[in-house]
Amino acid sequence: MKQLPVIFKRELASYFSSPLAYVFIEIFLVLSGVFTFYLGGFYERNQADLAPFFGVHPWLYLILIPALAMRLWAEERKSGSIELLMTLPVSCFDAVVGKFLAAWVVAGISLVLTLPMVITVNYLGDPDNGAILTAYLGSWLLAGAYLAIGSCMSALAKSQVIALILALVVCFLFVACGFPPVLDALNPWAPQWLLDLLASLSFLTRFDAISNGMIDLRDPLYFVSVIVAWLAATVVAVNLKKAE
Amino acid sequence: MIEISKLTKIFSGHIAVDDLSLHIGPGEILGVLGPNGAGKSTTMKMLTGFLAPTSGTASILGFDIRKQRLLAQRQMGYLPEGTPCYDDMRVQSFLEFIASIRGYRGAERRERVARAIDLLELGGVCGQPIETLSKGFTRRVGLAQAILHDPKVLILDEPTDGLDPNQKHQVRELIQGLGQDKTVIISTHILEEVSAICKRALIISNGRVLADGPPAELQSRSRYHQAVTVQADEPLDLLALAVLPGVAGVEENKEEQSLTLLARPGAVIFPQVSALVAARGWRLNRLDLEQGRLDEVFQRLTRGETA
Repeated sequence: MKQLPVIFKRELASYFSSPLAYVFIEIFLVLSGVFTFYLGGFYERNQADLAPFFGVHPWLYLILIPALAMRLWAEERKSGSIELLMTLPVSCFDAVVGKFLAAWVVAGISLVLTLPMVITVNYLGDPDNGAILTAYLGSWLLAGAYLAIGSCMSALAKSQVIALILALVVCFLFVACGFPPVLDALNPWAPQWLLDLLASLSFLTRFDAISNGMIDLRDPLYFVSVIVAWLAATVVAVNLKKAE
Repeated sequence: MIEISKLTKIFSGHIAVDDLSLHIGPGEILGVLGPNGAGKSTTMKMLTGFLAPTSGTASILGFDIRKQRLLAQRQMGYLPEGTPCYDDMRVQSFLEFIASIRGYRGAERRERVARAIDLLELGGVCGQPIETLSKGFTRRVGLAQAILHDPKVLILDEPTDGLDPNQKHQVRELIQGLGQDKTVIISTHILEEVSAICKRALIISNGRVLADGPPAELQSRSRYHQAVTVQADEPLDLLALAVLPGVAGVEENKEEQSLTLLARPGAVIFPQVSALVAARGWRLNRLDLEQGRLDEVFQRLTRGETA
């Protein structure tokens, strides 16, 4: 456990020593602004909340988070530095979690930088700031779940591009299984329990519940367990694939 | 110090390391020789805990690499083949990262990093990103990270590969200096390197040990051991040389017009040859005694013939 902060710090510094973190934050801020104000009809709704802002997050993350996660392990394997890392006295758990946390903090920073959005709604009306805070936490958890998937895909693929595509596909499955058009298409022939199961596995359903300000401990717990499960899978994948 | 017992690694049906058992004592500098694909790197990767053995194990200072991987890794410094580093990092911060991983904090960390930088003369490039460094400097950064914690065991995978002659010389001197109080294992396919710095040489091929002993002992297995080479402008009496006691054969080297007289195993022929030269009054340009050729031993062994 002692090495975890060291790995975390190095990884975070390397995000910011390359343009990657800046590009990610920039694109996230621009796109979330565009989606909220133009496509989400922020002003037209005449409601003092951030629903259009948070509503777009599952789709925005779908494109952006795999790009943030793709380098986590694929790059180490490509450059061979994984051999250096794994022959230092570092447990695989420390390395996997340290790297994941660094990427998660980058995602967190970009969320914090959307604070002007909160100031705007507070200036224009009288929103429920508790609900907004909950939604922020939910959004960060959602980003964490995407990242954990991305980290596992990055450990499986040696090429960053393949890691990106794999992560995108798997994340999409987790989002789409709760998307109303998908559920509607399955409705005529699938049994109800299957639909319920799919919907309950979906990031979309869970995230909507949190971002609507409903406090049910099961939803955050769902995201936490998704993160834990995918990070455990990452540990297995790293051990399996490190020497290839 | 290092105890390897029945270490085996099989990659999808192909045996890379085959039932390797070895004891390496303290203060030994062991040179591992072998053709490409002989299993040198695979053995080192297993010793350093990067690869899990298929069967068998090894222990470093009593720590088993399978059951006590982290403890064993603390005792070792490792330079992987090709010196992979975090290329986007600056030399100083890279070494600080390694020192932190090794558990050093504060003043001790600064001191360790400063000493490694000093020892490998990296002072001038401290602030440069590793990716901008030349091959020689990158290798030195790799060595610096390996010796930072003053390990008892140093494992270096082809430390001089791809360096220019001056850099090779520097790295060899450094390894010799380090070998005073450490156990060092280096892999190489440069044979002269083994004679120059190793106290013990190991020739492996197809994952098996073919020869194990001091470089001089391996050299003496060469058919050129105790051979004498003579070279003169005038033609020499081949027959007189060939019938000298102890001479096993004569080889003519057309290019430089010299003769190499091979000795029978165990025989010494230099005195007879020089006596004959003096008696006949030949004017020689060269009269050399050979200790044996390591490359010839290497070729013979690794091509599967018996020594």
